[in-house]
Order: sequence, then structure tokens, then C-alpha cells
Amino acid sequence: MHTIEVLGPGCNNCRRVEANAREAMVLSGAQAEVIHVTDPREIVSHGILSTPGLIIDGRIRSYGRIPSPDDIAVWLTEK
Amino acid sequence: MTSITVRRVRLPFWPAASLAVVGWLIAWFAAAPFAAWFAYDLLGLEQSSHLGDAVAFFAFDVPKVLLLLLGIVTVVTLIRGFFPPEQVRTTLVGRGEFAGTVGAAGLGIVTPFCSCSAVPLFIGFVEAGVPLGVTFAFLISSPMVNEIALVLLWGLFGPGVALVYMAAGLTVAILGGLLIGKLHMERYVEDYVWALQGTGGAAIEIKLTWEERVRDAWTYTRDLVRRIFPYVLVGIGIGAFIHGFVPTELVVAIGGPGNPLAVPLVVLIALPLYSNAAGTIPIVQALLGKGMALGTTLAFMMAITAISLPEFIILKKVIKTPLIATFATIVTIGILFVGYLFNFLMYAP
Repeated sequence: MHTIEVLGPGCNNCRRVEANAREAMVLSGAQAEVIHVTDPREIVSHGILSTPGLIIDGRIRSYGRIPSPDDIAVWLTEK
Repeated sequence: MTSITVRRVRLPFWPAASLAVVGWLIAWFAAAPFAAWFAYDLLGLEQSSHLGDAVAFFAFDVPKVLLLLLGIVTVVTLIRGFFPPEQVRTTLVGRGEFAGTVGAAGLGIVTPFCSCSAVPLFIGFVEAGVPLGVTFAFLISSPMVNEIALVLLWGLFGPGVALVYMAAGLTVAILGGLLIGKLHMERYVEDYVWALQGTGGAAIEIKLTWEERVRDAWTYTRDLVRRIFPYVLVGIGIGAFIHGFVPTELVVAIGGPGNPLAVPLVVLIALPLYSNAAGTIPIVQALLGKGMALGTTLAFMMAITAISLPEFIILKKVIKTPLIATFATIVTIGILFVGYLFNFLMYAP
């Protein structure tokens, strides 16, 4: 079970990252809990200023861009 | 099951990118002959008739603006990817008031910024110890000197107007930043922001390959163009109508250098049009062609990009109303000043 955190105030871009993450779960077959982090203080505490950010299992995978479902699927299956 | 079972088919990357560049160039050079053929041959409209001119304007501007947006926004986005705000703020810390403000205004041109990032960006800058005035110089410059406005100004008015616009935007951002710094308005930043100072995470750096960067830039551009193109079409349609039908005397009377109230008037009109530069530039182009003054035109463009009510509302989360009001007032006065200055320089007897 993975933890996927999508960081962003909830604009279109964040929703697309979340949708891509869900598609990545289908692609990879990985199970994950998706959390939407909207509190700017928490976003900044990760060192991220440009949203949307994506954190998988505590590791920052991307920020300021929308990773594709394929990218996210690879991160979900990486050890 | 953890292996990836479904993969969409993708074109090999570099051949696809090269093909796209060649296709863009061909389309670019075919646009003008196509427009003339479409209006005067295919539709049989008469040259220099009202309708013929309007249709030719539309048939030329639509592919031209579309190509400019697709091509140059992709390139600009690619370049911007190398200047993320996360690194820019480290550059700006401890630079001193003046150097920091100038640097922030300059970096505002190349650093990507979307208004939904405004709050984390503001907190992140202040938290890292970037002075308030420097942060505001960035907040003014980043949306105002933005890539869409620059690209369209360059493509439709030529490099002169685009560079003048950039210089004017930078000046407003630098002066605005210095002034806000001098006003010592730190108490109007929400307390919790100050409480966060020095708590930020370690610097993050994720290396991207060129292929990822180009793909990202293209995806961004494609989404952007898809979102703004309806407005661009409407804008070009209105522009074409103005070009073909609106009498020059009328435009000159209202927006020409002879009307001293033209600059505040266009800033007022621009207020509800925030961040819709793409749709308005074709209209402005037609108006400029009909005799609207250059300073008035620049003020209109700047007001559209820099005075964004939604952004002010978003910023309420981190700064109190007096500082937002000061920010908005300084930007507005700066824009009015640029408008009058250029009108004076261009048309003074």
C-alpha cells in the first residue's frame, strides 16, 4: 500500500495530477491511498513553491509539472 | 501484480519533435498566401472592400496567432523550466534591497507562475527570508511580463513594441517593489507566515531529461492553447470587425493621443479582463492599426495581465487588506504612468 500526496490549492492542474495518479494505479496495479494536501504551509514545508507537487511514499517525485500516468506508474512500482 | 501491463503507443520522441518543427515552419510561411487565397479567390471577395479586408484579416490572424502560441510558448516554457521558483528564491536571499528587487523583477520574466501557486510562492519566499519588497517585485513582474503577452506582441506588433512592453513592465515591477519595501508593511503579512520563517524543507532538486522537458513544455502549451483559443478566436473576430468596419476617426477620437482620458479609460476596461491577454491582443492590434495611441495600448495590455482580482483574493490568505490595496494601487499608478509617458514620448509636439 502506497501513499500518494498531491500538493496544491485545488486548481485544475492539481486535479489532473490526481487523475493521472489514479490512472497510474490502474496501469501498475499498485494500491495506494491518495491524499490531497491543500494547506500552503504544508506544501511549503516540503520545499515546494510551484504547485502541483507529487509525493509518493514520502519522496518528492515532481513539482511544478504534471507527470504522465506512465511516469507515476513507474514511480509506484519502483522499489 | 506490480508490472506495468498497459502502455500506450508513443511516437519515437526526437523524430516526432523534428517533424513538428518542419510542419510549423511550412505552416508559418503558408499563412499569408492562404489568407489572401481564402478571402479573395475562394470566397471571391473584393480586395480592399470592408468585408474582404475583415475576412482576410481573420484568415491570416487565426493561423498566425495559433502558430505563434504553439511554437513560441513551447520554447519559452522549455526555457522557463530551468528557472523554478524553488531555486530563484535561494538566488534572491541576502542580495540587498536594490539588487534583490532588480533581480526579482528580471527573474519574474523567466520563472513560471500560475496564480494558483501565488500563496505557496509568497509563503516560500518570505519564509526563506526574501524581503517583502523583493517578493512583490516578483509578484508584479511574473504575471505582467508573461510569455503569452510577449509572444503575441512580438508577432503582431514587431519586436520594438514587445521589448518596450518588457522594459515598461520591469520598470513598474522594480519601482513597485522598492516602494513596497520602503513602506515597511511587514505588519500586514499574516502572523503565521512569519512564524514559518526558517522552517522550509531542504532544497529539492529533481533532474529532468531533455525529453521530459520537451514533453512537459508541449503538454503545457497544448493545454494552454486549448483553453485560451476560444477567446483568441473571439478576439480575432472582433479585431477583424474593427479592422474592416470601424471608422478610423472614431478610434482616434476615443483612443488616440488627443484624448487625455484614454489611458485611465482603457485601464478601467481592462479590469474585468484579467489574464485574458490572448483574447484581447488581436483586438488591441486592430485598434492600434486604427490610430489608438501606443502608450494607451501598452497600459491596456499591462492592466489586463497585472491587475487580477482573483489573484488579489487568493493573496488575502497571506496578506491583509491594506497591503493588497497598496499593491493594487502601486501597480495601477505604475501602469497609468507608463501609458502617459509613452504617449508623451511618442506624440508630444
